[in-house]
Amino acid sequence: MLPTWVSCLFRPPNENDCMIEQTPRERPINLLVKASGYSSILFVILILFFLLREGLPAVASADLSSLFGTIWYPIEGYYGIWPLLFGSIIVTITAILIAIPLGIGTSLYISEVAPVWIKNILKPIIEILAGLPSVVLGFIGIQVAAPLLREGLNLPTGLSGLTGAILLAFIATPTVVSISEDALNTVPASYRQAALALGATRWQTLWNITLPAAKSGVLTAVMLGIGRAIGETMAVMMVTGNAPVMPHGLDAIFLPIRTMTATIASEMGEVATGSPHYQVLFFIGIILFLFSLTINVVASWVSTRGLKRSERSLS
Amino acid sequence: MEDGIKPNPILISSHRQETASLWLLRLITLMTVLPILAVVIYIMVKGAPSISWEFITAFPRNGMREGGIWPAIVGTLYLTLGTAVFSVPLGIAAGIYLAEYAPENRWTRLIRIAIINLAGIPSVVYGLFGLGVFVLFLKFGTSILASCLTLSIMTLPTIISTTEEALRQVPYSFRAVSRSLGATHWQTTWRIVLPQAMPGVLTGVILGLERAAGETAPILFTGVSFFLPQLPQSVFDATMALPYHIFVISTSVPGMSVQIQYGTVLVLLFFVLGMNLLASLVRVRARAKRQW
Amino acid sequence: MDKIVIEHLNLKYQDGTESLRDVNLTIAANAITVLFGPAGGGKSSLLRVLNRLNDRSDVAALTGKVLLNGQNILDPEVNPVELRRKVGIVFSRPVPLPLTIYENVAYGLRLMGENRKDRLDQAVEQALREAVLWDEVYDRLHDPAIAISGGQQQRLCLARVLALGPEVIMLDEPTSALDPVSTSKIESLMQELKQRFTIIWVPHNVQQAARMADYAAFFLQGELVEFAAEKRLFVFPKDKRTEDYVEGKFG
Repeated sequence: MLPTWVSCLFRPPNENDCMIEQTPRERPINLLVKASGYSSILFVILILFFLLREGLPAVASADLSSLFGTIWYPIEGYYGIWPLLFGSIIVTITAILIAIPLGIGTSLYISEVAPVWIKNILKPIIEILAGLPSVVLGFIGIQVAAPLLREGLNLPTGLSGLTGAILLAFIATPTVVSISEDALNTVPASYRQAALALGATRWQTLWNITLPAAKSGVLTAVMLGIGRAIGETMAVMMVTGNAPVMPHGLDAIFLPIRTMTATIASEMGEVATGSPHYQVLFFIGIILFLFSLTINVVASWVSTRGLKRSERSLS
Repeated sequence: MEDGIKPNPILISSHRQETASLWLLRLITLMTVLPILAVVIYIMVKGAPSISWEFITAFPRNGMREGGIWPAIVGTLYLTLGTAVFSVPLGIAAGIYLAEYAPENRWTRLIRIAIINLAGIPSVVYGLFGLGVFVLFLKFGTSILASCLTLSIMTLPTIISTTEEALRQVPYSFRAVSRSLGATHWQTTWRIVLPQAMPGVLTGVILGLERAAGETAPILFTGVSFFLPQLPQSVFDATMALPYHIFVISTSVPGMSVQIQYGTVLVLLFFVLGMNLLASLVRVRARAKRQW
Repeated sequence: MDKIVIEHLNLKYQDGTESLRDVNLTIAANAITVLFGPAGGGKSSLLRVLNRLNDRSDVAALTGKVLLNGQNILDPEVNPVELRRKVGIVFSRPVPLPLTIYENVAYGLRLMGENRKDRLDQAVEQALREAVLWDEVYDRLHDPAIAISGGQQQRLCLARVLALGPEVIMLDEPTSALDPVSTSKIESLMQELKQRFTIIWVPHNVQQAARMADYAAFFLQGELVEFAAEKRLFVFPKDKRTEDYVEGKFG
């Protein structure tokens, strides 16, 4: 067996841990750097631990049948999370159905069609959208989008799932654009040149060659867009009308609705610490945590798998 | 027309498809971009009239319906700077670890998964976490400290990822040369790699803090209050903050003047877009000065 | 005098490729030892063993001895950081650190904790004079090093090594990126410096090998095929493979 330092001898610095060359004085710094690196793991564990600690007792205190019922009316002890879950899902699905064409279309335009000077204008604008605080979008939702939608679609109120979904679509779009643009940029230029040389038009090239080649990256973009939408709080809380009722059909999107995130944000301020209501709100937090965990793990799996496949096909 | 150069019907149809499709993409892009510009310009136009010296520097009066937003501005400054105190050193150190120290093994993969997950956790869940740990468990109470710590963890992934990326862009040859001249790992990182990566690191820091400045959900139950008669005196005091102030005056204050609302939104927008602009300036300047 | 003695050195990478196979070589002090041969022969790998500078791929096995002044540098006790100050290297492409000309030369000294301005000034000037660069840059020491020409940059890299006060200087195809004038400057400079240093030179063609060699070693696929003093290897090679390479039949 080889001594560790020998096996480390020929690796670049970022690939070896065993052979950090250091003076004794640097040892504490290097340890600190390492600890900082590992801190992210600690934080994820801490977050999960405290959510479980505060939220799991809900299963006992609010009892399961109430928890998985269809009525959310905490004052009377009804903690049914289905209406909130459906609220989140309906709004998110609608949002992502809007964000997919907007996001992928924009990324295709930026990476495949736009001349450089237009790119240089578009990218900062998308960045501005990514940086807009959700409370600002919620405010615009209340002031502008809701009245417009109410009159345009002749709805009883503009504060509805649809308004929330439209805002969410704009919140998710920058995520979709930037990740799918990255994916499109990693498609080798030779693919495009080959297609164009064979007489394909630009559209045929991007639709039949470039987009399929970037498939896994685009899929990742959509998934992370979903993650962004389902976790969004302030904008949806401000414009969806705050009605935690069980939706009865697809037209529920045109009515007031309430998502899981909005429920936590609007009710946590008023509950007593340790009460069943408090615990149930943390329980909803656990559900949201698991949602984002699943989406992110699957998304990173999809993107690394896609990467490996494209490496294989290139070599 | 001569024989053999008749227009080929297939080519014509694909030409039409080409034109139509490219216009469709342009249209979609406009649909994404125009509303953003419209919103920003609209807020500027509607908010500008309420911006005055008094609006910036005075306390709110008459249940927020009059006066200014000074304590909310100061609060957002405190929260942003406080967040920076924790997240900047930790985030940069973690980025350094991943780019310069970490071996490619399962522990490093685990760190990366953890960072991806931190980035994906909904902001309101961070709020719950902050409430559970900092406010209740560590007994900081509803305070600036609890809010800053919560926001720090939320901004970490942004700072870590951009730091790592910026460090990785520094050519490998600099490291080889530095080490061949007798530099230790840390000396190479500190004297050569980090200074070269600094603009990228700074961009990441600014973007992370920009997000912290605009967030509401994580501070909702950890450190904000909708009205305080005086500025916070210590890190254990609650504070007002611009995003929360906007939320309150746009949803819970009946008879609120719309003009003040737009004015407040404009001030927050100014904050956030200012940081965005700063990040772009850093990037552009660095690109012009770069030696490799 | 024997400066470096390499005994039964074997180096195998983790992907299964062998880079060095049972290399036995003695490198004399105050002379230029030329290591030449086709690419992938193990020359660069050998240089990186000599100052324990990491390479890109993983090492699966490294056996044998490398004695510098009689001490085995592969011994875990040897501090690689100190070793690298004794065994300096100049790479094929000039890589000035992103600092000023002055700070490039002072870098190694600062690493050792030398911060006194007069000492640094003196050491920088001396190293730049030794590298015959002083007259060209003395009036712009505080300009970015990237601003000088490729040939000057390579001499700056040499000055940077000289400032460390090394015993051995290794040059890995140092002139491959340079024009003929800069190349001959470096070549004549090294002929001077060999009076005081042990020099190991990996040339980028056979002509340069023949011009520079006090001793020459021909490497092929990880094997030291032939080693000889003076220019004998280029005039009367014993091994058929050496002969073919020197005559340009492959490589």
